[in-house]
Amino acid sequence: MTVQTPLTHQDFKSDVKPIWCPGCGDFSVLSAVTKALAELGRPREDIAFISGIGCSSRIPAYTKVYGFHGVHGRALAIAAGVKLARPDLTVLAAGGDGDGLSIGGNHFMHACRRNVDMTYIVMDNQVYGMTKGQASPTTAPDWCNSKLTPEGTGISPVEPVRLALAAGANFIARGFAGNPNEVARLILEGINHPGFSLIHVLSPCVTYRPEQRDWKQAVHASDATPAQLIAEAMHRLASDDGFTTGVLFAGNRQAFMPPRRNLATIADLERKFAS
Amino acid sequence: MSGYSVSVALTGSGGAGAMTAGQILLDAASKAGFYGLMTRSMGPQIRGGEAAALLRISTKPISSLDDHYDLLVAFDWGNIARFAAELPLAANSLVLTDPEQGEVPEPIAVFGARAAELPMKSIASGIPGGRVNMVGLGAAAVLIGLPLDSILSVLTAQLGRKGEEVLAAATAALRAGAEAAAILPSVTKLGTAPKDGVVRWNISGNEAAGLGALKGGIKFVAAYPITPGTEVLEWLAPALDKTGGALVQAEDELASINMVIGGSFAGIPSATATSGPGLALMTESLGLAVASETPLVVVDVMRGGPSTGIPTKSEQSDLNIAVYGLHGDAPHLVVAPNSISDCLYATQWAVYLAEALQTPAIVLSDQAMGQARALIGKPAESPYVAKRLVAEANIENYKRYALTASGISPMAIPGTPGNNYVADGLEHNERGTPSSQASDHQSQLDKRAHKLDAFDYGDLWADIEGDAEIAVVTWGSATGPVQEALLRAKAKGINAKMISLRLILPIQPAKMAAALKGVKKVLVVEQTHSEQFHKFLRAHYDLPKDVAVISQPGPLPIRPAEIVNRLAAWK
Repeated sequence: MTVQTPLTHQDFKSDVKPIWCPGCGDFSVLSAVTKALAELGRPREDIAFISGIGCSSRIPAYTKVYGFHGVHGRALAIAAGVKLARPDLTVLAAGGDGDGLSIGGNHFMHACRRNVDMTYIVMDNQVYGMTKGQASPTTAPDWCNSKLTPEGTGISPVEPVRLALAAGANFIARGFAGNPNEVARLILEGINHPGFSLIHVLSPCVTYRPEQRDWKQAVHASDATPAQLIAEAMHRLASDDGFTTGVLFAGNRQAFMPPRRNLATIADLERKFAS
Repeated sequence: MSGYSVSVALTGSGGAGAMTAGQILLDAASKAGFYGLMTRSMGPQIRGGEAAALLRISTKPISSLDDHYDLLVAFDWGNIARFAAELPLAANSLVLTDPEQGEVPEPIAVFGARAAELPMKSIASGIPGGRVNMVGLGAAAVLIGLPLDSILSVLTAQLGRKGEEVLAAATAALRAGAEAAAILPSVTKLGTAPKDGVVRWNISGNEAAGLGALKGGIKFVAAYPITPGTEVLEWLAPALDKTGGALVQAEDELASINMVIGGSFAGIPSATATSGPGLALMTESLGLAVASETPLVVVDVMRGGPSTGIPTKSEQSDLNIAVYGLHGDAPHLVVAPNSISDCLYATQWAVYLAEALQTPAIVLSDQAMGQARALIGKPAESPYVAKRLVAEANIENYKRYALTASGISPMAIPGTPGNNYVADGLEHNERGTPSSQASDHQSQLDKRAHKLDAFDYGDLWADIEGDAEIAVVTWGSATGPVQEALLRAKAKGINAKMISLRLILPIQPAKMAAALKGVKKVLVVEQTHSEQFHKFLRAHYDLPKDVAVISQPGPLPIRPAEIVNRLAAWK
């Protein structure tokens, strides 16, 4: 009989070299994910990690679980399909602000309200990095450093946590890539909380948004216990500066999962066609 | 005029009950032992639009509507101009009209058929709870020689639950219509129902496609409603629920196809159903399924296009997008059922092929088959079920996209220890790691093409009937009229062979060459405006020099007579 030694976070790291720039916040998120999975204690094969397209969406390949790197914007749909077809798996999804909130915005809203038991990590750097620096839905309206929108977008950004709350997400947290231990804890809490969990991670882009290095001065941990009522969370988030980290909402909605029943055989169904 | 069948059209404004009457007539024909086919023509209105139940009842299995209707029963003439073209009548056809509804309108009168009056509304109003459609149905049954008992037994089965009063009213209206029909001019009558002992099924193409998916092994469906594909999903939802599977309604087709990809990646055979606009939305992700080698099935119930087009009526014009719509070099399967019963077989086969080849399969059905109901012999069991090549646990240095002789590599399913990998839409190496190297691109492109090309599809690639120097090459729902036309042509001394393609992709050049051996003339029959199928054949197959084409857009069905005339002109 062999004694199973618990897996460490290193056991969840693959040998594929990330394409990310040196200093990218996503390295910390990768560490946080592997740490959370090691603490979760499930075998690697029972975890599915799904992503879309963008810098951060490369993350599944850097881990050692089953993964799917799909097309732009559809990570949540693939992840929902995995979980709905195989309720026994632990399902994580990840991607950036453009992938999740622009091209995937409709899926984001419906994933929140569908409340399938899975955890979605949005690595928000307020820029499209892979296409070399365009404004995303979370970019401030007056950011003028993109050739595509040289005078700024002039459009109000989306606040992911507020959107998630309004759409019905059951667990909402915000972390900062500069504090990977906190992010790991939030991811683990998200996995363990039933239903759809959003982990919004401020993850600086040092290449196109070097000013985001200042985020480490701006972030501050929430000193409140997590809101359990939507109205309370709404009230708090209405005046939030976007840099509060911690669990912002922990609801108690039941996760969505169609029941599996065996009430009939195909032959039973076929008899209905006979006249 | 076939001599073995009678065609009946029942028309009226929405709410007049034309569809209900048609459905009861078809069920009664089934009870009486006949074969039959019923299509429906409806406007886009949810309620109150025009509606026609188009039936053909026969003493032997039929695959097509006839050239014209022997009997047209009009409960009223509302909006008749919109679909009169779909109700062709011959000189000896009979139009049954209610004098209260005025003269037979010009678009129908132009056919020059006989007309007779039956005061359906007035008769119905004399019966408490009596309805016009039951009066018309009673008359129609007597006129075509369908035993009234068979209708009564259907009514009892269907209305029994609604209470005795409802049943009594319907029965009385039916009998009153039947009595009134005694003095009407005669129409073609049904022959004797065959006593062949064959168990009849009453099934629509959409139900058959759903059943085929289920029998093939589909356990997970994610879908978005769209006309005319919705009934595939509406049949599958309770069917999956009862048999240990699940159907989930997604927020759009982008989500549904990706949920299906997720379900299949997780090891569960997965499918969806849609129509043209939905297929267009899904094409990017179909490319993902090709690249990531994720098996899945999309049933596309085609309707008139482009854009929103004619959602309630049929056309074969999604052929191009199904074949060529994916970006990049993306080998995939396109399978086309060519009858209502083949909606079952072809879909089941598509599940088997997709799973065996780890690639997406598009099943091209259409509104004409999908929303039509047929009385057919109980379909025989098909051996094709999902059987995916999966990886055993703990394979050392597991390579998801390993280059193998067949091109098919064992797929590790989440939950299998030791073989974790990341499926990817990025080009990748054998392990699945993203790669932009020319050599990896070349070898993975070769792999994905080879696995489809090297597979043995057997005889199911096409239905081939007859042997002659003339071949009619067709596909999908155009096949029914071709089959009927070839029977009629034979009676006139014209022999022709039919080649109806079931496997559209991958192409089968060697098999087609064998099928066309000795053929000197080819007639292509399809339902598109731009000859999509003809051009597809031209691009991929060697055809003889002498080629003619019957290609017309929907919604008018292709009539057998048109095909016979073209063949006769050739001779």
